[in-house]
Amino acid sequence: MNELRELYQEYVLDHGKSPRNFRAVEGATHEAHGYNPLCGDKIHLQLRIEDGLVADIGFTGNGCAISTASASTMTEAVLGRTVEEARAHFAKFIPMVKGEAKPDLDELDKLSVFAGVSEFPMRVKCATLAWHTLTAALDGKETVSTE
Amino acid sequence: MSREDFPALNQQVHGKPLVYLDSAATALKPQCVIDAVVDVYSRDCANIHRAVHTLSQRATKRFEDSREKVRAFVNASSTKEIIFTSGCTEAINMVAQAWARPTLKEGDRVVVSGLEHHSNIVPWQIVCEQTGATLSVVPITDDGEVPLDQLEATLDERVKLVAMNHVSNALGTIQPAAEIVKLAHAVGAKVLFDGAQATPHLPLDVQALDADFYCFSGHKLYGPTGVGALYGKQALLETFEPYQGGGDMIRSVTFEKTIYADLPAKLEAGTPNIAGVIGLGAAIDYVEAKGRATLHEKEQELLRYGTEALSSVPGVKIIGTAKHKVGVLSFVMDCAHPHDIGTIVDAEGVAIRTGHHCTQPVMERFGVPATARASLGLYNDPSDIDALVRALGEVRRMFG
Repeated sequence: MNELRELYQEYVLDHGKSPRNFRAVEGATHEAHGYNPLCGDKIHLQLRIEDGLVADIGFTGNGCAISTASASTMTEAVLGRTVEEARAHFAKFIPMVKGEAKPDLDELDKLSVFAGVSEFPMRVKCATLAWHTLTAALDGKETVSTE
Repeated sequence: MSREDFPALNQQVHGKPLVYLDSAATALKPQCVIDAVVDVYSRDCANIHRAVHTLSQRATKRFEDSREKVRAFVNASSTKEIIFTSGCTEAINMVAQAWARPTLKEGDRVVVSGLEHHSNIVPWQIVCEQTGATLSVVPITDDGEVPLDQLEATLDERVKLVAMNHVSNALGTIQPAAEIVKLAHAVGAKVLFDGAQATPHLPLDVQALDADFYCFSGHKLYGPTGVGALYGKQALLETFEPYQGGGDMIRSVTFEKTIYADLPAKLEAGTPNIAGVIGLGAAIDYVEAKGRATLHEKEQELLRYGTEALSSVPGVKIIGTAKHKVGVLSFVMDCAHPHDIGTIVDAEGVAIRTGHHCTQPVMERFGVPATARASLGLYNDPSDIDALVRALGEVRRMFG
């Protein structure tokens, strides 16, 4: 089944198994808890924002390969970026995994490996949990639920 | 051969023959149930208990025939003790709101187990909040059993109700129902069983069991969704406040005073799920023709086969190892999260459930966020287990 290979690409499996920035952030200025009640996936996301830049970002928690890999990739994508750039990524990532927009390769770079999620409607929430949690943290909300 | 009775099995999923191992979520429907529902809408399409015309008489008769089938199925002493609901959840909520709410006083207690489905926790939390009663939980063992000595230890004369599942949906544990009733009755408490997972697997006699309330749903019993039943001892049901007001539940209405109908109509306001109830009757006919004892025996054999087969898959750990179980195999894998397992085995045509199964306290008890769950229906055979084991091999190839 080709869709399955698209979903579980090497890159996703690698980040699912060995997530990057899987740690607490010292001196965090923003944080939020994300929860997917349908799956039980939980994520605690922390950021240190300095002068409008994401100076550090990390997450802890547990979830499936898709949600872990998505969180891991997200931290790499937004680290060192401005808050506006992070929000712009969110705005492109969500329609891509929902299958509403084609991946914008220039803009999304590695994040486009999650385009295959759109073939699995039940897994979209796994891929978006970290991103909704990021938005919640930036907006100063403490918790976010995908339900 | 039972498989041919179930048209849904005659399909491919992702190019593979469907292997359905999710009957604890909902069972597939045999053709006779589908036919019964279609027949109601295409022939006996009328409201019940109302008109004198022929269609209404036919529909009413079939509806009330179903009530008799349910009565016989659980061995209640009277059809007045069978209340049709939208499902097991509504049956539990009806007892909570129409009986427990007016009955419970501040300081009274309701006891549940750590094995419960959310639908046998939340209604009691709501009614405790409303009445000032408190909710106690009997913790479960590492095998997923409710220890009777712990139940006994928590019981006292303030306990007005013990509400437990007869069979656990998450782990498959069969509860020692008769012993639970004896212990509860010894302190004067009533007993409610959530029988959603038990009725498809076990013979049932509510009188022999001496259960006060017994709830179950149609769709897990090879019947339609949106229909279920509450059994209650008549003397208790008589004390119920009306659960909902409306048509069919009254004897007379004036603006000064309304007199309620007798049981069971008093607790069945409005036009019910007529086709669903009749479909449930057809499902009961189907299961009874197969014989519940025979089905149970066959399933136990397949459960043994499945337990052994799954245990032999590297990295698989079965959660829920009670001595007495129905055909439920909840498990985790060391290399993959249950949701990834679910997606990969689905690509092999194998349908299992993954998640917390509406039993978050059970997941917490075993320290897992979720499990994968294969559950058996009467159409399953060893080849289905073999397909699951092969599919889990794919999971290991990808994640191992």
